[in-house]
Amino acid sequence: MDVAQLKRQLFEYTTLLFHEGFLDEQFTQLQQLQDENNPDFVVEVVSLFFDDSERLLNELAKALDQQNTDFKKVDAHVHQLKGSSSSIGAQRVQRVCITFRNYCQDKNVEGCLKCLQQVKHEYSLVKNKLETLFTLEKQILAAGGSAPM
Amino acid sequence: MSKQVAGAASLPSRSVGSGKAEMGDGTGVSSTTAPAKKKLSVLIVDDDLMIRTIHTILVSRVGGEVESQVAENGKVAVDLFRSGKSFDVVLMDWEMPVMNGIEATKELRNMGVSSMIVGVTSHSMDTEKDTFMAAGLDDCYEKPLSIKILKDILQKMKIDA
Repeated sequence: MDVAQLKRQLFEYTTLLFHEGFLDEQFTQLQQLQDENNPDFVVEVVSLFFDDSERLLNELAKALDQQNTDFKKVDAHVHQLKGSSSSIGAQRVQRVCITFRNYCQDKNVEGCLKCLQQVKHEYSLVKNKLETLFTLEKQILAAGGSAPM
Repeated sequence: MSKQVAGAASLPSRSVGSGKAEMGDGTGVSSTTAPAKKKLSVLIVDDDLMIRTIHTILVSRVGGEVESQVAENGKVAVDLFRSGKSFDVVLMDWEMPVMNGIEATKELRNMGVSSMIVGVTSHSMDTEKDTFMAAGLDDCYEKPLSIKILKDILQKMKIDA
């Protein structure tokens, strides 16, 4: 595939991610911050998001597995996850976090467990999409194209 | 409670360089009369590496002569000031281990630090913001900051100066 085709594919894929609400304008902002001095900025920040999220999802699973749920602790983790996801514009993850926190406030274990599944699902979706996006960008660079910023 | 510092030399002046300190346009400064232009210094206090990374880049991209340093919690920030460092602007997270943003802001104000301290938090309710503001903040924003908000903050600082 030539550079033009790849670029077109990247453009369509990115548009779809925004259209389907996986990403919001915060992600665009991050892309705009990337320049020749920091060519890997977006990938770096997104990797930190992956690390943060995976740690928090593990902590959440552990906390909700306890006999007596410490809702304050659960809420603190969800709060962090909400912050991380909004920092990269992972909108759908962020939305589930809002519902999740409401269940924490109501001390509703069932609701929390349901949200944990949802947030895990949304996280793996967006992770997958972002990785595809980065792969496309790499292919463009490898094909001799410039970074699409 | 007085913010006056007793004769300490560490009182960081809000005045930025002299005269010419416009953000945004990086056009050269006439070098003949202006004394060495002081860089605007920003301290980014956040336990989240992701936010520190984003905000560091944001600060570097705001235009003008701005430099930044990071601290991973309030205690580190307070210790930096104690060691004699000073910053024009402190971007302060709320929830952090060891010492949170409220404690750190109070401590800095007690020490007589008059830098502009801006709260940056994911708490979005007004009542929550009020709690943070009461610790001695100059302003409070939701995180992550945008380049526009950061420019506004730095702009405001110059007007205050």
